[in-house]
Parts: sequence; structure tokens; C-alpha cells
Amino acid sequence: MTPNTPKERLLNGLWVENPTFVLMLGMCPTLAITTSAINGIGMGLTTTVVLACSNLFISLLRNFIPDRVRMPAFIVVVASFVTMVQMILQAFLPTLNKSLGIYIPLIVVNCIILGRAEAYASKNEPIPSLFDGIGMGLGFTCSITIIGMVRELIGSGKIFGAQILPLAESGKFGYEPITIFVLAPGAFFVLAFLSAIQNKLRIGAAKRGIDPSKGCNGQCGSCQSPCEDKKEGTDK
Amino acid sequence: MKELLIIIIGSALVNNVVLSQFLGLCPFLGVSKNIKTAGGMGGAVIFVITLASFVTSLIYNFILVPLNVTYLQTIVFILIIAALVQFVEMFLKKSVPSLYRALGVYLPLITTNCAVLGVAVLNVQKEYNVLQGTVNGLATAIGFTIAIVLMAGIREKIEFNDIPKAFQGFPIVLITSGLMAIAFFGFSGII
Repeated sequence: MTPNTPKERLLNGLWVENPTFVLMLGMCPTLAITTSAINGIGMGLTTTVVLACSNLFISLLRNFIPDRVRMPAFIVVVASFVTMVQMILQAFLPTLNKSLGIYIPLIVVNCIILGRAEAYASKNEPIPSLFDGIGMGLGFTCSITIIGMVRELIGSGKIFGAQILPLAESGKFGYEPITIFVLAPGAFFVLAFLSAIQNKLRIGAAKRGIDPSKGCNGQCGSCQSPCEDKKEGTDK
Repeated sequence: MKELLIIIIGSALVNNVVLSQFLGLCPFLGVSKNIKTAGGMGGAVIFVITLASFVTSLIYNFILVPLNVTYLQTIVFILIIAALVQFVEMFLKKSVPSLYRALGVYLPLITTNCAVLGVAVLNVQKEYNVLQGTVNGLATAIGFTIAIVLMAGIREKIEFNDIPKAFQGFPIVLITSGLMAIAFFGFSGII
């Protein structure tokens, strides 16, 4: 696929360079707000909006911002969008705003956003940057929604608030919720197992003779740098 | 006085920044390979968070609130923190070189530590005054240091253990943090 087209950028964010599972960025919100699937979607979409807008703006301003002060300039752009989004949420979705709490202002220091600004938007045209932001944001949304679903299912037998597993009540046979999974330690355990599965797949690939550092299985001449990024990112 | 003590115990142990609020996870997972560097990072974090929560609550209470521009808090706080870290680095380099050598490498990393901004925002949300805010910052940072030093101690021991291949590295560290988080639940009976 030709690089820097909108479609390629979307796919890159969703799958090839998925920010949570491949690049391991933005761990704080990933662990903190994934107590339910709906919180995951809320946080993910909020981040997507900020990411897309800030990528577009930084890309438009990239020739005006002097190189030496680019970091503070990026931070101001991101912080402005976060403030706007926070005001919109306060006005129209007060319950979501309440359940995400201090993690909305903390989107400013989410390393996905500054990372994309520095690595992509400051070097590329506005339109691909916008789609890069949307793709990365949707990738983040999908991953944290999946983590949220796993935790909600194990912790309370529900998905999106609907009871999937019938609970064991008054002597009947049913599911006994493992509450620890919606509490803080559960977040660590779920992420530990997800990344262990990822490691396992990588080891398996290495045994079959596929170089695990080239996660794209050699089909993509266009994404040399993503593969290298991936290697760095997972070392943390 | 009693109120301050409750803030200290609450922020340092019961609601530990890393293990129950998930702030500052990047340094917690990244710089916890041995006790010495973990201690250095903890020291730098205590220094910066205490200073930053003092300055941000001063500015919030005496500039943003009287001018009625509290909605600018996110932008103002992040700029203050970034400037402060830069300033502290320059100051230490010039006048306390020994401390700079000990903390120097960790200082630039702290700007992106979400615990710093997190404490500033929490101070506003809980409507703490300047003294309470500063104490809360100090206690939170002490909690971070406790967690990261404990983690480093455990990781030094883990080195010698036989761990399944798939769990080596990142996964086993996460499982250890999960167990530590369970242990820290024990403190919730104190308050």
C-alpha cells in the first residue's frame, strides 16, 4: 500500500502500529479507566478527537514553529484542545466527565499525542496527519475497549452494562464475579496476561523462522521505521 | 494538624499514586531495574512534585481564581511544570552540582510524568489551600518513592528466578505490581 494515504494511515494506527499493544504508549489511562467497556470507549474517543485536532493543527503550523521551542508549542496546542474537549464533555456528557475524572486533563501528558506530534505531524502534510491522528486514536479506542470488556466481563459478568453471564444467586448455579478485576490490581493482571500472550506469539514466530523484530512479516517495504519503533517500544 | 496527617497517610499509602491511581506508570515500569536508580528517581520526583504543587496552588488560588479564568488551569499548569523543571535543572547545575549529578538524568523525564500534573489537578479538585496542597504533593511523591524502591528491590530478586519465557520482562513486572497493589489495599483500614 502506498504510504501516507488516508487509508494507509488509518490501518497503520489500528493495526500495524497499534499504540497500546504494539508501541506500549499511554499506559496510565489504559490501566486507570478500563474498569468498564463504556469508559474505555469514552476515553478512547475523547483522546481521538484531541489527537486528530492537534495533529492537524501542528501539521498546519509546522513551518511557523521554530525548531527550538517546538515542544512547548506542541504542549500548548494539545492543552488547548484538551480544555475545549473537557468543556464540551462538562456541558453535554456530565456523567462520562465524572467517571473519567482527572484523567481528562491528563490527556495532555498522554505520550501517544506528543509522540505522534513529534514523530509524524511535525514532518508531514496536514491531511495524512489528520488521518494518522484518527487512526492512532481509533487503535487506542479499540485496545482499551477490549481491555475494558475483559475486565468488566470477569469482574461483574457484564459487557456494556448488560448481564452476559447469569450471576449465582440464592443457591442457583451461575457465575461468581471476581471483583478484584474491576479494582486496581486487576488492571495490572489483565495487561500482564495480554502482553504475555503477545510475547508467546512472538516467540512462536521466531521458532518458525520469521524474524520477530519485523512484526509486519516482511510484507511491507513501506514501513521500515514502524518495525524499528516497535522493537524499541516493546523493550520498556 | 490532624487533617494534614490524614492527607499524608491517605496520599502516601492508601491512595498510592502508582498502585491505585495509575499515575506515573512510565517511570515506575521503566526506571525500576535497580534500587539505586529507583531511589534517585524517587528523590527527583519528591523534589519536583513538592515544588510544583506549591507553585501551582499558589498560582491557582491567587491568580486564576481572582481573575475568574480557572478554565485555563490545564494549560497554565503544564506550562508551569515544564518551565519549573527546566529552571530547577539550570539552578541545580549552577549552584548544587553534587545534587545535579545525582538527579540530573531523571529531571527531564519528569515533565512527562503524569503524576506531577495529576497532583496539581487533584489539589484543585479537592479544594486544598496552599499548605494542604503542598503537603499532599509531598505525600504523593513519598508514596511514589516507596512504590518504586520496593519494586526495584523485588525486580533485583526476580533476576535470579526461573520465569516462563513468555512472562519474562514486562509481564512479570506487571504481575508483581498487581500483587503489590493488593498488598496496599491493606492500608485502607487506617483511615
